[in-house]
Amino acid sequence: MKLLDKALLMDDDAIRRAITRIAHEILEKNEGIENLALVGIRRRGVPLAKRLQEKIQEIEGSTVPFGALDITLYRDDLTTLDVQPVIHKTEVPFSLNGKKVVLVDDVLYTGRTVRAALDALIDIGRPQVIQLAVLIDRGHKELPIRADYVGKNVPTSKREVISVRVMEVDGEDGVSIQDMVD
Amino acid sequence: MAWQHKDLLGLRGLSKQEIELILDTAAPMKDIIGRDIKKVPTLRGKSVICLFYEASTRTRTSFELAGKFMSADTVNIAASSSSVVKGESLIDTGKTLDAMGTDIIVIRHAASGAPHLLAKHVKARVINAGDGAHEHPTQGLLDMYTIRERKGRLEGLTVTILGDVLHSRVARSNIWGLRTMGADVRVCGPSTLLPPELATIGVQAFTCIEEALDGADVVNVLRLQLERQKKGLFPTIREYARQFGLNQERLKRCKPDVLVLHPGPMNRGVEIADDVADADFAAIEEQVTNGVAVRMAILYLMMGGSGSGAVH
Repeated sequence: MKLLDKALLMDDDAIRRAITRIAHEILEKNEGIENLALVGIRRRGVPLAKRLQEKIQEIEGSTVPFGALDITLYRDDLTTLDVQPVIHKTEVPFSLNGKKVVLVDDVLYTGRTVRAALDALIDIGRPQVIQLAVLIDRGHKELPIRADYVGKNVPTSKREVISVRVMEVDGEDGVSIQDMVD
Repeated sequence: MAWQHKDLLGLRGLSKQEIELILDTAAPMKDIIGRDIKKVPTLRGKSVICLFYEASTRTRTSFELAGKFMSADTVNIAASSSSVVKGESLIDTGKTLDAMGTDIIVIRHAASGAPHLLAKHVKARVINAGDGAHEHPTQGLLDMYTIRERKGRLEGLTVTILGDVLHSRVARSNIWGLRTMGADVRVCGPSTLLPPELATIGVQAFTCIEEALDGADVVNVLRLQLERQKKGLFPTIREYARQFGLNQERLKRCKPDVLVLHPGPMNRGVEIADDVADADFAAIEEQVTNGVAVRMAILYLMMGGSGSGAVH
């Protein structure tokens, strides 16, 4: 199966503006940074969470704790995959107990990644509340999960692929939509 | 890269990349062991049977906990309380377990090659938890994990394996694994307890402990297998302790930051002095913790991503 580029949905400026808006929304909804923490889902959720942390630091003048979550061990489709996912470390160097945790990922699709991330978070501690921030919400949810903060809503067909690229992982910032071609 | 084998029968023949994959996967597993809730749902619905024809505390419990921490259903079978006492053969026992839908059989057996025989006759994946004096791959892996954790690398280190090498499956797995990873391996013991083929696989053999310890980064002390010493391969335990026992004085020959390992159970005062076993430079308890992490990694690698493309 090949992927054919269809359109660029966000360039680096658009991503930056989306991060800035989400940072403001997080602060508004949580009335500041008290008890706030950011946890990115590996891989691309982590640099996005880091950028949100930096933006919040810029706005509020103080920093919020930041962690990285690997959800491989919580996937419900591991034994059906042909290619074995490599497990990375979960690094949440602070207690989650009583925290308002904002979970950050690049794309919200079926919701299964987020479900796995919720299980993983709850095994580490007991947050007061968990919110979800995503750069792209592309629809087709299979679970009753919705994002609290969305960079861009992109209605897609299942034949389409959303490709999020971030500088820290891919060497450039951008979101594009591609078509699957047999 | 992904795990490409049906079974894990030994470290001989595993590539450097495969060993690295296991060790890298064990690191996040160790974090899980340190948590309040030591449980992930990864292997939910999978069954792991520990089939032990020999006594064991740490290996069996370690596999059982590794399975349980990953939500697999684990069952222990001790040969002494199974149909083995009625004369059932290993192959028939294996086929029975297979018919119950077992995913992984972990086997320990006094006969070298028993896991290989079982693996040929069952659909379940087979892990060798020690076969005779042949191999004990998970012990070799946890030793390598512990060394890498403490020293940051394996390549270029000098590792001295001390004691009853002849009867030791731990020594063999260590030798294969460490050699593959680029470590320099020495063995030391009474000449009656050193297998003759060592030189052909690039291992230096010593009968003088001082020479063997000179400049070593790691000393892996083997248990003197008292149950296998009825053949009179050395005069007395006391003499063995005097000639080959590891003590503080002898350790001075090693590098200042030497690391001491022992697969357990220890004969304190025989192969290892009390104050060496309990010192900071010994990682004997850590080896036990790392054993669970390494076994979790192996269970994950053998069960995760087992789609049609992954198994040959």
